[in-house]
Order: sequence, then C-alpha cells, then structure tokens
Amino acid sequence: MLLIHCPYCGETLPEVEFAYAGEAHIARPENPSAVSDEEWAEYLFMRDNVKGVHYERWRHLHGCGRFFNAARNTITDKFLTTYEAGAPRPALDTLTEGGK
Amino acid sequence: MSKYRVSGRGRIDTSRPVSFTFDGKRIKGAKGDTVASALLANGIHLMGRSFKYHRPRGAVAAGSEEPNALIGTRRGPGRFEPNTRATVQEIWEGLETNSQNKFPSLKFDVGAVNDAAYMMFSAGFYYKTFMWPRSFWDKVYEPFIRAAAGLGVSPKEEDPDTYASRNAFCDVLVIGSGPAGLAAARAAAVEGLKVVLVDENAEAGGTLLSEPQAVIDGKPAWDWLSSELAALKAAGVKIMTRTTAIAYYHQNLIGLVEKLSDHLEVLPQDTPRERLWRMRAKQVVLAQGALEKPLVFHGNDRPGVMLAGSAQTYLNRYGVLVGTSPAVVTSHDSAWFSAFDLADAGAKVQAIVDTRSEIRQELLDGAKSRGIRVLAGYTATGTEGRLRVKSVRVNPMQSGKVGAPETISCDALLMSGGWTPSLHLFSHTQGKLAWDDDRTTFLPDYTPEDCVIAGAGRGLWGIAAALADGAEKGQQAVEALGRSAIAAVPAVKNDRTGTGVSHKELPTDLSPGKAKAFVDYQNDVTAKDLRLAVREGMKSIEHVKRYTTNGMATDQGKMSNINGLNIASDALGRKQPQVGLTTFRPPYTPTTFGAFAGYHRGGHFEVTRKTRIDSWAAENGAVFEPVSQWRRAWYFPKAGETMDQAVARECAATRSSVGIFDASTLGKIEVVGPDAVEFMNRMYTNPWTKLGVNRCRYGLLLGDDGFIRDDGVIGRMGQDKFHVTTTTGGAARVLNMMEDYLQTEWPDLNVWLTSTTEQWSTIALNGPNAAKLLAPLVEGVELTEEAFPHMSCVECTVAGMPARLFRVSFTGEIGFEVNVPAPMGRQLWETLWKAGEQYGITAYGTETMHVLRAEKGYIIVGQDTDGTVTPDDAGMAWAIGKAKPDFVGKRGLARPDLTAKGRKQLVGLLTEDGSKLEEGAQIVFDPAQPVPMKMVGHVTSSYDTGTTGRPIALALVEGGHDRMGETVHIPMPDRTIAAKITGTVFYDPENAKLKI
Repeated sequence: MLLIHCPYCGETLPEVEFAYAGEAHIARPENPSAVSDEEWAEYLFMRDNVKGVHYERWRHLHGCGRFFNAARNTITDKFLTTYEAGAPRPALDTLTEGGK
Repeated sequence: MSKYRVSGRGRIDTSRPVSFTFDGKRIKGAKGDTVASALLANGIHLMGRSFKYHRPRGAVAAGSEEPNALIGTRRGPGRFEPNTRATVQEIWEGLETNSQNKFPSLKFDVGAVNDAAYMMFSAGFYYKTFMWPRSFWDKVYEPFIRAAAGLGVSPKEEDPDTYASRNAFCDVLVIGSGPAGLAAARAAAVEGLKVVLVDENAEAGGTLLSEPQAVIDGKPAWDWLSSELAALKAAGVKIMTRTTAIAYYHQNLIGLVEKLSDHLEVLPQDTPRERLWRMRAKQVVLAQGALEKPLVFHGNDRPGVMLAGSAQTYLNRYGVLVGTSPAVVTSHDSAWFSAFDLADAGAKVQAIVDTRSEIRQELLDGAKSRGIRVLAGYTATGTEGRLRVKSVRVNPMQSGKVGAPETISCDALLMSGGWTPSLHLFSHTQGKLAWDDDRTTFLPDYTPEDCVIAGAGRGLWGIAAALADGAEKGQQAVEALGRSAIAAVPAVKNDRTGTGVSHKELPTDLSPGKAKAFVDYQNDVTAKDLRLAVREGMKSIEHVKRYTTNGMATDQGKMSNINGLNIASDALGRKQPQVGLTTFRPPYTPTTFGAFAGYHRGGHFEVTRKTRIDSWAAENGAVFEPVSQWRRAWYFPKAGETMDQAVARECAATRSSVGIFDASTLGKIEVVGPDAVEFMNRMYTNPWTKLGVNRCRYGLLLGDDGFIRDDGVIGRMGQDKFHVTTTTGGAARVLNMMEDYLQTEWPDLNVWLTSTTEQWSTIALNGPNAAKLLAPLVEGVELTEEAFPHMSCVECTVAGMPARLFRVSFTGEIGFEVNVPAPMGRQLWETLWKAGEQYGITAYGTETMHVLRAEKGYIIVGQDTDGTVTPDDAGMAWAIGKAKPDFVGKRGLARPDLTAKGRKQLVGLLTEDGSKLEEGAQIVFDPAQPVPMKMVGHVTSSYDTGTTGRPIALALVEGGHDRMGETVHIPMPDRTIAAKITGTVFYDPENAKLKI
C-alpha cells in the first residue's frame, strides 16, 4: 500500500485515504464548442500510458477532499512529488524518488 | 521409545508425551513435535499421495517449504483445515489428522493407476490427451480428472474461529531469526528504535536449532541462543514467533500472519485463531536464509527420500532419526555434516554418494573416522521400495560415461543438491536478481524498497558469515535511519561451511524417457515433462511453467524453481539468466482466507446503511433489498401474500388513494454560494438561471462524452442555494464529479458543495389523496394548485418539524417529498401514517416505486441507461438547455457518432401474447434469420403487476423512435416472443392525475 503526501494537509498518509483520478495536466478546452471533433476526442479519450514518470491526479477523498497532482514512477511505484492542482508541472530533473 | 527417537537429542520435551491421531490411528509424540517429526519418530514416512499420479509420498523437508506431507487437521465441527503441512503443524493432545488424496486407504490407493498411465498425464495433458471426442470432455474426462487429482477437501461447515487484523509500525523489521536475523536485530536494537523480529517457526533460532554443535562466544549454540534472545527482549526488541511474513507490499508494508491457537490443546477464550499484521517498517532486513534443493533422479520422491539438511533438523531439533541405516546422495558438502550427525546419533550410514570426484580432506576424514563408505564421482539412478525407500541404485561416472550400477540398501535416503537463497519476499519488492554462475543460483541485486538482505539469503554459508553479515546489515539499517550503531560480531567455533556443485537431472544409464525424476513434487512435474514442453515449442520460462505447472503448486516452487530453470535452460540451450526466473508472488506460504478476511465477515462483510425509517419497515414485515450498500424496503407483504400480490396491492392503493414511501436514500447535495447558479448551469444540461426560488426542476447530468450519468429533482431553495438530489447509488459519484470540475476546471467559481444525504429523512407521499392527507399538517404554505403547483419546493413546517417540502412525482400521481432533519424521520412517518389511516394509507417499497415510474416512462439511470445513452436516446432532449454556451456534455453531444442514425433509443414494448418479458433479453428484428442473429437492443425494465392491466416493458432498440408500431422479436430458450414498439408512457399520458 502506497504512502501519499497530501500537499494540502501536509501529511504523508496511507493510500486507502486517497482515490486515483487519472492523468494530470489535461485541461478542458476553454470553449468546447470551438474545438474540432478531433481535438475534443483527444481531450476526452487520449491518455498517455507511461513507463516511467507519470503525472497524475489523486484526490484526498477521505481527508481534505482536495484534488492534487503527483509525479509517480510507474516502474517502481514511487512518488517523486505531489503538488497542488493548478501548479505547473515540475521539471523532471528537479525530482528524486521518495522526495516530498 | 521407538528406535527412531534418540534420547538426549532435540528440543522436544519427552517428559510430556502427547498423542494424536493420523488416519484414525493413535500416534505418540512429545511436546514440541510436529506431526511430521512425531510420525517419523514412529517410523512412519508415508504421509500422503501425490496430486496427479497418486504416488506414495513422505516428508521431504522439515519446514514450511514441504511440498509432499500435506494433511487435513481437525478440531471439532467447522475446525477442519486441508493441506496443512505436517512439518509445520505442532501436535497437541487429541489433534486429529488425516492423509489426503487416497482411496480407499493411504497404503492401497486405486488412483495409483494414474502412475502406470503416466503417458496420458505428461506435460500439457489437459491440452492433448483428453481433447477427443469433444463430447467426452464434460461427461467423462473432466469428472474423472477432477475426482482423481487434487489435494485436500474444502471444509463445508462455517468456520467458528475469529481472525483479527492490526496495523503496526516499527523502525526496523527483521524477518527470520536465524543467526543473520538475530545479529541484525541485536545491531538494530539501539535506544529509541522500535525493532521487531519475526519468525514463522514455533521458536526463534533458525539454523541454530539444527546446529547445536556450534560454539558461539564460547557458549554452546543453544545456550548462546537463549542468552541472545533474553538480551534482545531486554533491549526492547519485539520477538514474534509462529509469524510468517507472507508478503512485501509497497513502501515497506509487510503482511505478517501470526498463528495464535493452532498449536494449543485448549482454545483460549476470546482469542482469534490468527492475526494479520500490516506492519509498516522504516527499514527491513530480510534474513530468511536458504532452502535446500533436491537432486533430480529417478525415484527421488519415494517416502524416505529426504533433504539432508531436513534429516539433520529432525535429529537435532526433534530427536528423531529418519532412518537407522540411511544413505546419502549429494553434490554439496553440507550433506556430509548431516551424515556425520546421524552417524554420531547411532545411525549406520550405508554410504555417502557424492557426484563430485574431488572431496575436501576434512570430510573424507570425518567419514573414515565414522566408518562410512564414500563413493565419490557417482550418480544416483534410481530407488526401490513400494511405500518406503529400501535401496538406492548408484553408478560411477568416468569421463562423462555412466558405469555399471550398484545397489545400496538403506531405510532412508538423504539428498542435497545445494542451497537456494530464499528470495520470495525480495522478489515481491520488484527486486532484481543477479545470476551467480559459480553457485548456479540467483542472488539479490537491486530493490527499490528500503530493504537489505542478510546471510544465506545472499549466498553466504555458515554461522560465522551469517552473524557477521547480519550485524553489518542491522547496522546499515540503523544508519539509514540517521542513527549510529556499533555491532560486535561473536566468534564461532565448530562452524560448518562448504561448497557444492549444481546439477540438472543427474546422469543416468537408464532410458531418460522412462525416468520419473521429480522436479516439482507437489504438482508431479518431472524433468521429462520440462524437456517435453521445450520440445513442443515452449520457449519462455513462463510458458514452460504454465504448460507443465512447474512451480505452480501451493509451495510456490520453493524447491522446484531453480532445478526447473536449470533443466529448461539446458533444453533451450540458453544460459539461466537469459531464460529467467518466473515471478514469486504473495503469499510466501499458503494463508487462510480467514486471515485475509479478518473482521470482514458475516454482517461485517460490508457496510449496511439503514435509514431512520428502516426500523418501522422491519417491524411492519418489509422484505428488504440491497441498493448500493443501503438496505431498502422492497415490498410490504401482508400475511399470505406473494411478492406479486403485495406489489399489485401497493400499486393499486397508491394510484387510487395514497401510498407512503421511504425515499431517504436519495442522494442529496447542497450547492451553495454566489456562483451556485452558474455552477449548476455548467454541470447540468438544464437551464437554471430563470428557475425561480421555491421552484424545482428535473435535472440531467451528463459526462463530457455526452452520455447520461445521473438525474434527479433539484430545488432552488434560495437565490444562491440549490437542493440537488441524485440517484441512490450515484450520490458519491456525482459529488466527486462536481468537486472535480469545481476544484480543477472552475476554481474561480465561489461555490460550496456539501453531501447532505444523511442529514435528511425523506418521505414520499403519492396518490390522489396525498394533498388532502398532508395539507392539515403543513404550516407556511397552502397545498393548492395555485399556491404550491407541481414542481414547487419550500422551507416550511410539517407536523411541527422544520421541513423542506417538494411537490414532485415519480409515480404520475399527486406527489410530495417531505425532508425533515434525519433523526425526526420515524416520528414524521408515524404522524403521516396515523393521519393517513382515514385514506387507507399504504406503505410501498422499491418494487412498487419501480412499477409506477415505469408506467409513466420515467427512467432509472443505470437500469434504462447503460453509460452509452444520450438524452435524445432516452427521449429527453427537452431537458437540454440549448441556448447555454456550455455545460458538461454539450460538446460531447455534437460528436458525429452521437448524432448518427440508428442509435439505440428508449421505447416501450407491449408483448403480443400478453406475457412478461425478461429484463436483459435481447431483441431482433427478424426472428427467421440464421443464428447468430443480429441483436438490435435489449429489454431494460419489465413488469407485469402494475395498474395498466397488462405487462409493460422499456427497451433500448436501434432507431426505436422511428419504429413506433413495428413488431420486434425476443428469442428465448423455449420460444420467440413478438412485441410491439410503443411510446414509453403507458399511464395517464396527459398528466391529468398530477393536478390537485
């Protein structure tokens, strides 16, 4: 069972308190009616299947209830970092496994 | 005492005799014996029959790796466990045990005919032998195989025991209490650190229990062990025995199963049988040691053929000679020491047969001084003896040739093919293994976890090496925690170290095609099977494993994996690291379902949510149904009524007078804030801006893909306050979805979302007399068509209680939903019930609710929709606010596939013969077409007990909206039913009944 650091609560807590919420940094188009069918399909359906560092969303469902982002290595299952929703994607070279 | 029990040896207490039964026969042992050691002390090697060939088998090992000696254990009703390893089960007075997989008896077994018919059961036999004729599979082959193969029989009674579970934390967890583990725990026992030492055995000590000859720090090994354990306890180390580390999960979470009562004669009151610990350790030291490998030769599975190290354990730990005239076959030095121990205890060792021609002088001297014959450079090519080994056939090997055989009589055969590090838990961490060509084994390499491996687990042999490595690794764990430790390494005398070579099958002069040289004892896999699998095209070790079932038994390949790999690698002509090892998976040893289930059984298996009115329903004879963790009243049968009769009565009473329904399980979300209306506009399809305060509207929620996700009536309680209701099962999902959009897409909106499902008790009153019943109880609003029309809502007082009153209908009748603070629910229900007596008020359940809503064509999301249904498909395009610039799903609805012709659309169905359709039944246009027919939809809802006088159904049908009046067909196993497509509203299409 993973240990996950909630950037809002500031605590590292067991996975059972959290719910996975898919890939991170996928923004809903500002004006959906203005995008093409292809662009809309891209937003709706297309996701990366990363071997390595994956930017993903979690929700501290049974805690503060906030959605936040994480960078996790899908090979080792280790979190590199977690950060608040809306914050920019952290650069890979600044991250080490197990970092908070 | 039997001739096999050696007085003065072992750690058992011979002053405390213990008797138990094995296959009904009374067996005497001593306190401290396992079932296996007690049987061996009585000269009994035959303990079971093998899985596939029913070959006689005895214990081959002395610990949890045992593949053969699986027994059933019983302690009164319900306390039966199959497949218990006799080498692990401690005996107690009165324990009942039985052998398995035999008929009619262990000594004479009919199924042993399989052994003679082994040609039929070779690798992949499931895929070959029994394929033809096809019709024979179900009736002949499968029942025969199922009856003949297998291990123990599952218990059928309910388990009366309880199982506990706990979460725990520690700084350093040491797994295994042999010399390496003890030294690691000692080094880690630094002031302020919480250290836990676990071992699966009944007592701590590991190898030391089998090697009493060693002298550590000037003390005999067992004296040193006692003082060391006392020192560890004094230093605050928690020592847990009979505790198996079954699995290594992410981030150093270790599953530990502690057995609490299986070894006790009298079950303690209120004590669980087992306790599952979820131990989160900052650092883990794996000190699980190594497992001895069998040698692979014809007849290596006969009872009495046993691992040499295990024979040594039986002698030194249990005071049992596994034979009085044993022989030894080995490729490793360690078996020589076992032979010496047995000889020193009085056994006449017949010979030590070593595959190596060069033997250390020290060993040769040891054999010579004990008068043991040595055959160096020999191979073993067979054994004899029906139920117990009586001789071994050996041949000299010279320059690659196998010479003439010689037969050596023996009553036990000790074998050793060397040692394999126990890497199971290390592998659970996704640890990488590195092949060591010298030792012909895998050693631990890299692991992503905070974990080190010490001692024999990384290929170090001998007590001194294990102690030194354990101390170093313990120190390392402490340093990783930012502390420092000084570990003293004790001096060891009389240590036993050595080397060996590794083999695939032993060379033989006999036809390899006829050899039964077992690799996996528990699954009856031979070397020949592995080679056959490779010949038949299995190139990957994972395929070889599955084709032959090698390593797939309950022992997880503890003995078979490396031998299997060596043989497969030889057959494939590739080196072992190129072939690779199959994955070890949890649990390390077989684990009871009870341990995993813990407290979650019976009524605690899952949460049962009950409304505040549930108690009234129970008292009034309701039959309940589970609805997404809720227990809901399904219908209220009167004496003698069937379900259909009860539902018909409830429907009729509601349509003709008034029905009362507990709707408290409806999901409720309070949407509040200055931007609440904007948020609602973006979330739901409907327009909300113009909805007045105290008015409500049916809301439809889509996903951004355009498909229906949820629905419910939403009331505007204030300019900035909405009372949102959701489906019973959708409440949590809808709130999660709302939070997702609010937090991550529209964080600029000033809105608060609160789940209020359990804050309100909700009672629905429906029927022509609903208003008449309710009006006298309501303060603050007149229940007239003018003052409180359909789709109104208001905060008011009902029967003196603060209430949110909604005028809505899910039945087509005049309807109200009264929400009061949850604890007042039953009081309101009883008040309404009393007030309704004059109208013959009738309580109805979810079934009647379903029938009445279906008659009006009101959908149930998740029943009439399935995640691919658009509002238009469901006939609810009217619910879409087309003028809104955006809402969740708006863009999705414009996708080409969602506007295409021929989509499945919701329609009504009326059968031509008046029969009731089955929900889920498939629909076709042309019943005369050949099978497989083209399916064009399915029945989503179907009822026959309603008020329309005939069965009705809802269905999704391709292009259904344009097929009104057409006939479709529903093929069933016995006949095909014709039905006419209609609209979805079967009752009061003008909505006349909604008016007060």
